[in-house]
Amino acid sequence: MRKLITRLIPRDPGRSFVIGVPYLWLILFFLVPFLIVLKISMSEMQVGVPPFKPLFGWADDFLSVRIYLGNLFSLFDVANDNLYAVTYLSSLKYAAFTTLLCLFIGFPFAYFLARSRPTIRPVLMMLVMLPFWTSFLLRVYAWKGILANHGVLNNLMIWLGVIDEPVRMLHTPFSLMIGMVYGYLPFMVLPLYANLVKLDVRFLEAAADLGATPWKAFWLITVPLSKSGIVAGSMLVFIPCVGEFVIPDLLGGPETLMIGRVLWDELFSNNDWPRAAAVAVVTILLIIVPLAIFNKYQAEQQGGGRT
Amino acid sequence: MGELASGHPNVVAPDGTLAAAAPADTHFLRIEKLVKEFDGLVAVDNVSLDICKGEIFALLGSSGCGKSTLLRMLAGFEMPTSGRIFLDGKDIAALPPYIRPINMMFQSYALFPHLTVWDNVAFGLKRDGLPKDQIAERVEKMLGLVQLKPYAKRKPHQLSGGQQQRVALARSLAKRPQLMLLDEPLGALDKKLRERTQLELVNIIESVGVTCVMVTHDQEEAMTMASRIAIMSEGRILQVGAPHEVYETPSCRFVADFIGNVNLFEGKLTEDASDHVVIETPECTHYVGHGITGTEGMAVSVAIRPEKIRITQQPPSDLARPACNWVKGEVVDLAYLGSYTVYHLKLATGMILKATVASVERLPDWQPTWGDSVFASWDEYAMVVLTQ
Ligand SMILES: Nc1ncnc2c1ncn2[C@@H]1O[C@H](COP(=O)(O)OP(=O)(O)OP(=O)(O)O)[C@@H](O)[C@H]1O
Ligand SMILES: [Mg+2]
Repeated sequence: MRKLITRLIPRDPGRSFVIGVPYLWLILFFLVPFLIVLKISMSEMQVGVPPFKPLFGWADDFLSVRIYLGNLFSLFDVANDNLYAVTYLSSLKYAAFTTLLCLFIGFPFAYFLARSRPTIRPVLMMLVMLPFWTSFLLRVYAWKGILANHGVLNNLMIWLGVIDEPVRMLHTPFSLMIGMVYGYLPFMVLPLYANLVKLDVRFLEAAADLGATPWKAFWLITVPLSKSGIVAGSMLVFIPCVGEFVIPDLLGGPETLMIGRVLWDELFSNNDWPRAAAVAVVTILLIIVPLAIFNKYQAEQQGGGRT
Repeated sequence: MGELASGHPNVVAPDGTLAAAAPADTHFLRIEKLVKEFDGLVAVDNVSLDICKGEIFALLGSSGCGKSTLLRMLAGFEMPTSGRIFLDGKDIAALPPYIRPINMMFQSYALFPHLTVWDNVAFGLKRDGLPKDQIAERVEKMLGLVQLKPYAKRKPHQLSGGQQQRVALARSLAKRPQLMLLDEPLGALDKKLRERTQLELVNIIESVGVTCVMVTHDQEEAMTMASRIAIMSEGRILQVGAPHEVYETPSCRFVADFIGNVNLFEGKLTEDASDHVVIETPECTHYVGHGITGTEGMAVSVAIRPEKIRITQQPPSDLARPACNWVKGEVVDLAYLGSYTVYHLKLATGMILKATVASVERLPDWQPTWGDSVFASWDEYAMVVLTQ
């Protein structure tokens, strides 16, 4: 703490300012809201405005603090109601599948992007970014039109004679995965591209020179050297996917349980703010704790060396 | 080291075709009319070369003359536009790099940053599918050869430049290639370390007995390390020969100028006998004590190395032909470089003549200094007549 204070006292005002602004930003817009959510998650529900009881009370010269952990505990009360546990697991599962699919599709994509002629690279990059020019919501809606029973895809396949009756695709795990992979692919491609474009072709030449076939060289050189890009891309996809709400809401079905939708229901249908807050807090912890362990492990492995 | 050398003929190429060891011959590596064009630009222009088994051959030339491109075609990273490459009698021009029994040491080493020194050296051996204990044995031997055993567990970025260079050498030697290519092997080292490493590198290469083609733009490096040198310019090979041959008898103006320092006199051939020629230049008359192939009246250049010029206070008296092979000049510049001194003399025609005087020959009673008028002379075997 003392160290922190001495460090915060500006010795070099310009430097402190430059570092201070993002800190301030993170504290104001991430830490403070998180603490508010944490506070709500530990209060009791009530009917009224706000729809939760205060944590701190002042009556008869008594300062009372009432911390209610029932909301948080009930999430783990599998014997009583396993909806939350199942939903968490299902969210993690869909997020993991999305990440893997994005990696499998995104890696070759980024690889050829990075290996393409430098003159056409900006054009290809533009094409990757192009979807961002239209609203995310609209693009997910468009998939409804494509995947619906009488949508573009079914009509096309019937017209081609591949199928006789429309196949149910919308509101299934299939449509959910399509939407998630579609939506998050650029977040995988961009860090991978940034990493692969820096990869020195001389390493691949050296590998070939030493007798490695192109396939071997890919696994022994390209993949290990693009590890930081793979990790960055996977995190950028996995983390938002766990809490994703819009795509499961529009493209998912009754069997595609995802925590984002449960949270929405608690908040807007049941008006149970404390429980919704508890769901959010546990989601965050669920993501942050393994990531922190992973990062620590990685930092130890690299020993502060180059990536 | 003896074991290493004797192990060399057992090289087994992955496809098994190049396994037979050839007897020592003069055409171990044969390059025939090799051409490489990069969309319109001719980087390598009709190069033919014969390289003997066991020799260290240097490609020397200024930046951008196509040395690396030639080497990369040998390694298989570039496809020749036309021409053929024979290694040990087999045409290898169409083989991919991972099949060729050739290993390359890269310009800035290209050590795999995510692998330890040990794994870098073992990389090629593992690709050959050698048994584990043989790999370990060979890696240990290689690391011993380059004196890096204590560093086996380190990553490349934890090594100094010189150590990285030795890892790169061990890595390319580990597979016992039939031919080793070195692209500016010492380019990343500073001058002191480079000089120290040159001989060390030659010793290691010779102890293994591998044939080497190296690329450099440092002529001292080429002369120190190579048994033969090819001088390249604009994609073509101008002269091939032992270091003393290209230095003493350059074949053209470019080579004379490129290798070491030289004074070039432009003039006309006025007398062409079988045992001598006379060349008239604006500065003086040159009497050359050997015949050349040429015709009277043709334009030629006379090249004289600075160290073959004597500087005297008085007109030279010991010349066989007093009218020839001396000039008068004024000292406009001099630099004492320890073992020798460089003088720049301005002649009457405005030409600057470079002459060096070894420190052991410095006269105790007279040393030319700025502004002095001096005489420069040379004997009739000191010069080379260049016709192109
Ligand atoms: N991949 C390529 N595409 C187009 N031109 C190339 C390519 N590689 C080399 N060149 C050109 O070919 C010529 C010869 O290049 P090269 O790399 O062989 O030169 P070098 O002799 O090795 O020079 P240096 O001493 O600077 O390394 C140069 O003009 C270069 O611009
Ligand atoms: Mg080069």
